[in-house]
Amino acid sequence: MTATADAPATARPEIGASRRRKEDQRLLTGRTRWTDNIQLPGMLHVAMVRSPFAHARITNIDTSAAKSAPNVVSVFTGAEVAEEQGTLITAWPVTPEQNTPNHPPIAVDRVAFAGEVVAVVVARSAAEARDAAELVEVDYDELPAVLDLKEAAKDEVLAHPDLGTNKSAFWQLDSAGQGSGGAVDEAIAEARSNGIVIEREYRQQRLVPAFMEPRSVVCDPTGEQITLWTSSQVPHIVRFALAATTGVPESKIRVIAPDVGGGFGGKLQTTPEEWITFLAGRRLGRPVKYTETRSESLMAGHHGRDQWQKLTLAATKEGRVTGLKVDLLADLGSYAAIVGGGVPVLGAWMFNAIYKFDSYQFNVTNLYTNKTWVDAYRGAGRPEATYAIERLMDELAAELGKDPLEVREMNWIKHEEFPFTTVAGMTYDSGNYEAATARAKEMFGYDELKAEQQRRRESNDGIQLGIGVSTFTEMCGLAPSRILGQLNYAAGGWEHADIRMLATGKVEVITGVSPHGQGHETAWSQIVADRLGVPFEDVEVLHGDTQISHRGLDTYGSRSLVVGGEAVVRAADKVIEKARTVAAHMLESSEDDLEFANGRFGVRGTEQGVTIQEVAMASFHAHDLPEGAEPSIDASATFDPDNF
Amino acid sequence: MIPAQFDYVAPATVEEALSALAEAGDEAKVLAGGQSLLPVLRMRLNAPSMVIDLSKIESLRGVRDEGDELAIGAMTTYQTLLDDASVREHLLLLTKATETIADPQIRHRGTVGGALAHADPAGDLGAAALALDASFVVTGSSGSRTVPASEFFSGLFETAIGEDELLTEIRFPKHTGWGAHYEKFVRVSHQWSIVAVAATVKADGGTIQEARIGLTNMGDRPLRATGVEQALVGQPATEDAVRAAAETAAEGTNPPSDLNGDADYRRSIVPVLTRRAVLAAAGA
Repeated sequence: MTATADAPATARPEIGASRRRKEDQRLLTGRTRWTDNIQLPGMLHVAMVRSPFAHARITNIDTSAAKSAPNVVSVFTGAEVAEEQGTLITAWPVTPEQNTPNHPPIAVDRVAFAGEVVAVVVARSAAEARDAAELVEVDYDELPAVLDLKEAAKDEVLAHPDLGTNKSAFWQLDSAGQGSGGAVDEAIAEARSNGIVIEREYRQQRLVPAFMEPRSVVCDPTGEQITLWTSSQVPHIVRFALAATTGVPESKIRVIAPDVGGGFGGKLQTTPEEWITFLAGRRLGRPVKYTETRSESLMAGHHGRDQWQKLTLAATKEGRVTGLKVDLLADLGSYAAIVGGGVPVLGAWMFNAIYKFDSYQFNVTNLYTNKTWVDAYRGAGRPEATYAIERLMDELAAELGKDPLEVREMNWIKHEEFPFTTVAGMTYDSGNYEAATARAKEMFGYDELKAEQQRRRESNDGIQLGIGVSTFTEMCGLAPSRILGQLNYAAGGWEHADIRMLATGKVEVITGVSPHGQGHETAWSQIVADRLGVPFEDVEVLHGDTQISHRGLDTYGSRSLVVGGEAVVRAADKVIEKARTVAAHMLESSEDDLEFANGRFGVRGTEQGVTIQEVAMASFHAHDLPEGAEPSIDASATFDPDNF
Repeated sequence: MIPAQFDYVAPATVEEALSALAEAGDEAKVLAGGQSLLPVLRMRLNAPSMVIDLSKIESLRGVRDEGDELAIGAMTTYQTLLDDASVREHLLLLTKATETIADPQIRHRGTVGGALAHADPAGDLGAAALALDASFVVTGSSGSRTVPASEFFSGLFETAIGEDELLTEIRFPKHTGWGAHYEKFVRVSHQWSIVAVAATVKADGGTIQEARIGLTNMGDRPLRATGVEQALVGQPATEDAVRAAAETAAEGTNPPSDLNGDADYRRSIVPVLTRRAVLAAAGA
């Protein structure tokens, strides 16, 4: 019996219905538990002392004045805690040979970017900690800093002298090498003699993922477990990485991401500030809190983008693209962040976009500089690719004197060609770019605007009209575990859900993804309401606490709904199957004679039936269950997608 | 963003504020709406030992009609000014300039006196006050004195207010019936002015009789474009005539260079902004 055949046909499905978001009341009024709102008895406050230099040797740190400041409990430096502070890890060394600098949470003898933590002050109030931090005297010997990406590629000034190079890794995708297309150099040579070659260099500027709620961490080491609240997208990854690098058993660490005020990729990091707060709590045996200032957030939270893109596009005289060669320089900043090295690599499957090219080569050189580290920001590696290829298509159209959409249409995958394996080796299951574009042109009034543009040009009108078009497709839903494994990524890409059917007929859904403003609670409630035929209001969605949601891989890369949402669907289907056995027993019917619709098991051809809530109650008291049935219709599911 | 420790007083009268100021000397900072001072404190760019908050002094708030002049209390918020019909009627330029300041939250907190005393050359009210020939009432322990706008701004963040004095009131001669426009050049609407031009014009039958023009962020303090004002007298309010008169708008200015534009860039756009401001003010 397939799940689809049993899908309840409700009169008015929840999915697609416009609902006031369940989480908005508390999020918009702030009457909720943001990390910084947490106050624990005897809690202490952490302030960081940060380097003002991009690259310097630490020659001395004098903490005596800070230690004697009012209500200061502890001051410590990287050297003092070198053994116990653990290290920050990267989950994505893009090649086995990747050069990765050691990354202590508190710098020990050298700083590699302005904003790096060099000492930590713990005091009874945040204000006293901040005041005392200003009394810590640090002596630096400034070292030459490498700030420019192209300078970094020359290896003359080194961001980390001990590595001997600024190069982190070189990674390549070549269509000829992997058998998904021809040799790009041949296509370019052919186009040089008998076609069109467009060569361009584009800059992807560095930016900051500026979430509204600054990062904040609370560590409570009292009791059996150490509990860490953190304003994070990735509580499960933080828990795993803390256990892996500090020696504290994973079972003794509970990480909670309570309501989180935005992330945009900026909070998928495992941060020095989390490790330091965890350490401070453990050292002192008391609850501690660290909340960053906005200035610290801009300086030390990871940045995004920052690439030079060198591109060579080969085409026939008519405009059919025969090859694309991409050479990227990507700035990782000062350290290899959790997925920092992998972000530019994600572009490898996106530069070919919706087009059919005969040949393709993607090369990226990841480099270290003495700037803030770089990692995921909205779309991470993929919008950069879209920007580049769409500008190239416009350049090609200009070269040919053709309409930019006409050149795109000449090159894109036709609807009858799906499923289509691209020159990068990715299979697109479906698409109809012709129909979508025709609809967009109609809505936009494209032809009329083109005519108006022509008129304004001819009459030399003081106001000229520019028209821009862009297409894009994006792989999201990170990700099939087996593909992540091939890419040398340290974790999988599955997602988990549990459904608890409460005795009173209410439903708890536990998801392994971790929202930070998206509206998971509303969407997941809609999914479960439709699937189980229960009221939207009766579904409660729990998330972000490793003790409640014990399995999960968190929220990033547009994965929550497509991976986590599917896990919820599968868990709901398991609930229905378990409930069906109990319902058949209650109705003295065979399971095959039951049909499930709108939350009710009915015996075909009769008026008899029981609701899923009644089944839940029957399972709870368990007075009369079928032979061998466990007294629970709760279910779990873990889903791993086949493709992006 | 936690400021360094300071003492705080919120006196109820100007006299109490002056005595607090006299006691603390140059270690004190006066807090009006806080839109400039609080960021400075939070970023620890300044650490005064005492902050004197004027928000409890009711006599410093509001707009009074005094015949030929409107008197505006130093603690009057931008929003109060915008909501005041007499300001719109008699000092349209002030309303127009105030409308462009930042965003609604800031306009409900920020004050006219706070902004003028802070004397940021990119602030919007200085050029308007200059163009409208405002006079500034400055109060010290020995009484009040009146400083004309032309003498009030003395440099970058510097004014004629003495260390032991407070700006208590700004008086504006009525410009009833004058057209006005504040042409502000910014990349995003709530930004500080990159350059702005405050123009108020008395026109009759399409002919400009008098014009007053103030420039924002074209030097270390607000400036008057007196050359343009003179060239406009008797001119028709037409594109060509105003363009010719506005040509000299950059004369005598010394604009800053920063990430938003260098000094030459500012000099090259100020005649354009002046033309637009004057034409709009003249209703052309």
